Amino acid sequence: MEAKKIGCYICTGCGIGEALNVAALEKIATKEQKLPVTRTHPFLCGAEGLQMIRDDMANEGVNALLIAACSHRVKTDEFERFNTPLLDRVDLRDKSLWVQDISSGNKEAKEDLQMMASDYLRMGSVKLKKMNAPDPFQDDGFSRDVLVVGGGIAGLTAAKEVAATGYRAILVEKSAELGGMVGRMHKVSPTMPPYRVLEENPVPGLVATVEGESRIKIYKNATIQSTKGAPGLFDVEIKNGDTVHTERVGSIILTTGYNLYEASKLDARLGYGSSPDVVTSLEFEEMAKAGQLVRKSDGKPAKRVMFSLCAGQRDANHLEYCSAACCTYSLKQALYVLEQFQDGAAFMLFQEMRTPGQMEEFYRRVQEEGGVIIKGDVEQVSKGASGGLSVQIHDKLLRGKESVDVDLLVLATGMISTVDTQDPNKPSPVGQVAEETAKSVLNLEYRQGRSMPELKWGFPDSHFICFPYETRRTGIYAAGPARRPMGIAETVTDATGAALKAIQVVEAVAKGAAVHPRSGDLSYPSFRREGCTQCKRCTEECPFGAINEDEKGNPLFNPTRCRRCGTCMGACPQKIISFANYSVDMIGSMIKEVEVPPADDEKPRILVFACVNDAIPALDMVGQKRSALSTYIRIVPLRCMGSMNLVWIADAMSSGFDGILLMGCRHGDDYQCHNVRGSALAEIRLSKVSETLNRLQLESSRVKMVEVNIMDADQLPTIINEFAEQIGSMDLNPYKEF
Amino acid sequence: MAYDLSFAQDVYKNSEMGHWIKMCKQCGVCAGSCPLGPHWEYSPRQLFQLVRGGKKEEVLKSQSMWMCTSCYNCIVRCPRGLPITHIVHGLARYASVKGYADPNQVTNRFATKIFWTNIVSTGRVGEAMLTMRLYFVDGLAAGIQRGLEMKDSALGMLMTKRLNPIPFRGKIKGYAGFAAMIAKAQELEAKREAGA
Repeated sequence: MEAKKIGCYICTGCGIGEALNVAALEKIATKEQKLPVTRTHPFLCGAEGLQMIRDDMANEGVNALLIAACSHRVKTDEFERFNTPLLDRVDLRDKSLWVQDISSGNKEAKEDLQMMASDYLRMGSVKLKKMNAPDPFQDDGFSRDVLVVGGGIAGLTAAKEVAATGYRAILVEKSAELGGMVGRMHKVSPTMPPYRVLEENPVPGLVATVEGESRIKIYKNATIQSTKGAPGLFDVEIKNGDTVHTERVGSIILTTGYNLYEASKLDARLGYGSSPDVVTSLEFEEMAKAGQLVRKSDGKPAKRVMFSLCAGQRDANHLEYCSAACCTYSLKQALYVLEQFQDGAAFMLFQEMRTPGQMEEFYRRVQEEGGVIIKGDVEQVSKGASGGLSVQIHDKLLRGKESVDVDLLVLATGMISTVDTQDPNKPSPVGQVAEETAKSVLNLEYRQGRSMPELKWGFPDSHFICFPYETRRTGIYAAGPARRPMGIAETVTDATGAALKAIQVVEAVAKGAAVHPRSGDLSYPSFRREGCTQCKRCTEECPFGAINEDEKGNPLFNPTRCRRCGTCMGACPQKIISFANYSVDMIGSMIKEVEVPPADDEKPRILVFACVNDAIPALDMVGQKRSALSTYIRIVPLRCMGSMNLVWIADAMSSGFDGILLMGCRHGDDYQCHNVRGSALAEIRLSKVSETLNRLQLESSRVKMVEVNIMDADQLPTIINEFAEQIGSMDLNPYKEF
Repeated sequence: MAYDLSFAQDVYKNSEMGHWIKMCKQCGVCAGSCPLGPHWEYSPRQLFQLVRGGKKEEVLKSQSMWMCTSCYNCIVRCPRGLPITHIVHGLARYASVKGYADPNQVTNRFATKIFWTNIVSTGRVGEAMLTMRLYFVDGLAAGIQRGLEMKDSALGMLMTKRLNPIPFRGKIKGYAGFAAMIAKAQELEAKREAGA
């Protein structure tokens, strides 16, 4: 690549020109940073300003742009469409001018702002100097085919949608027939307006479509023996009887559906097993399909039927969670009774009636037909006076014990995961083969273990707030009840979404680009092999399991699995992992570029590491609200707190910073970190920082980490200013003099 | 045995607006919205579940449906769109027809005697006479006391011409038509209730 020629463009609009000594900034760019081209413009984002930049790129050979204007989150259409990957935005406005109160005309306040702007310009300049254009990862063997595991309604929908988009799908089903659970149903709850009528089972039609589609290859009676590789390069061994077929695929959709909680494990009070007239909802479904809505005990018509909408769900002794679909499922079955018998009665015994999406309409329909709801629990089931059952309930609406005579009691048992998952905090040791379990699905040959990282209750982790389709194994998308319990309408939507994600990833991989959350990022980590001490921190900490190991314990990067968060870079004690455009050296150099005033000036400096996903937007909002922040702070955006390398803390302290504030996302059970584990890992690393500080004979309270949510703009001034006050009240960092 | 649906089905069919009761989803917004809520024996939603639970005696002997002041808060707020005020009035009437209502219950007395006579005799409500009858419902002494308590309000209303002190005499224009309408309605109602 040709030599880098940096052009620095300082905007003087939005009040920047009046508040700052722009000539002094230009001098920093030209004299101190020795940038070959430096220009100012009163309206840089206007047509004329942008043309000035384009002219320089055409005529002066400028190929790297340092744009000193507003936050990198605004004016992206204007400033990020130049034909160069080498670009940095210096924020002179949102996080500088707008958070400093200079209205009083106070000379010192103006000076402080000038120092802040100068430091940001220096940091941007050195960042751009250290930045290289990423060279996207390419491989000749990329496949664009999509593997779909599980041939129920979710898998059938996903395969159909993949094929309809023009891609090839490979569908693997462990049983002899396609169709899954929904295939066994009599009718299905509504999936389309007006959401009031039972629909014919869509599965037979769907099976015919999928079986007749030339772009879909189907393996029945087949399981996945192993899954090796990475997005674009997955090699999957499909075991079909004694034969093993190997397929290369680009991405995988996991649609293994659900198992039902075993009714025999339920509390005795529900009466399952004590009478043939207590049945599960699946058994009732099969009775309806066979046209046999009768008491199993004596064959008389089952006209009065009670449905227990929670049968073990939301019960700490059975399933702690709501299984989401059982209320709708039971309403549907109530309608079987009410439609078949003029004098039928259906009782829905619920804890909370949960009818997600448009199912409220269906609930209304069932009530119109005469379905009766009862809030309460079954306490005891005994034989009824005229056959059938007498169910004693605790009725929370009538406020007492009541007994109800019914012909059948139907237990809507809950959904349990079919995906083998593992505690994400305990990756299995190298080479360990997971125990053969009934649930084993993909058998990943990943250093981090053969199963999927778990979110909760055995379901695979997905970024449930922002990116629900994504799992923590790039290119593998769980959809339908394999991801979390859900009903049919939701499953169809979910499977369609997963099909699109599976196509998106193979296309991104072909370009060498990342998927969520750094979509389009062409960089990927590389490491200096000779510096590696085989400590395995990178392989263990990568939230996405992107790194394997060779026999010696050296990392083996799978660039197409990588989400470019930089957690490996932050983890590496040897500082040998870097990206072309993001490295330990780059951030370290930016820190060293800040001009720390001598101790006599009594102007402390606080380094703020802020996550670009949440903390930086929140800080921009602080600026938009014109709230004042301490003049001591210097903000360094990080891709993710996970990329925070402890050496920066030591660098900052030895360069004379007085305090360090880290702003990461919420972690823990309800994490908000875009990279799932980044902020949690940063906190773990920080817990070890006191050693470093003690070695330097500094107080550990100089370094603080806070969780910042994107909505925290109102709290940030307090958080930052209180920390600044605390640092201000301490002695200055004695290393300033060195 | 609870949840014998024969009572509920009769209410659905024969109580005015009664068929709406099956649509209640027991959210309790009506109970929370009712200004007299704390004074009800059963809130509307409880009353409706008792109907569905087959608790005939509890429902029909209850004072609850006589507590409604027709403020319509519940109707405005019901997420299922139940005309709760009308259902409750319907249940009160249903209880009367079934012989459960106490004719001396004050609301019952006011509605069926004082209010009814007042409106039917002239074709419109005569506020002054209606108020006076209501005040003296418990006898002379209580009536005088109540009147004295409210005299400031009454004077204020007189001053602002919100109350005509001279009782309405005579009949409205087209009274014959009004009387025929009432007679027809009573005939229809009697027929419906006889069929029940």
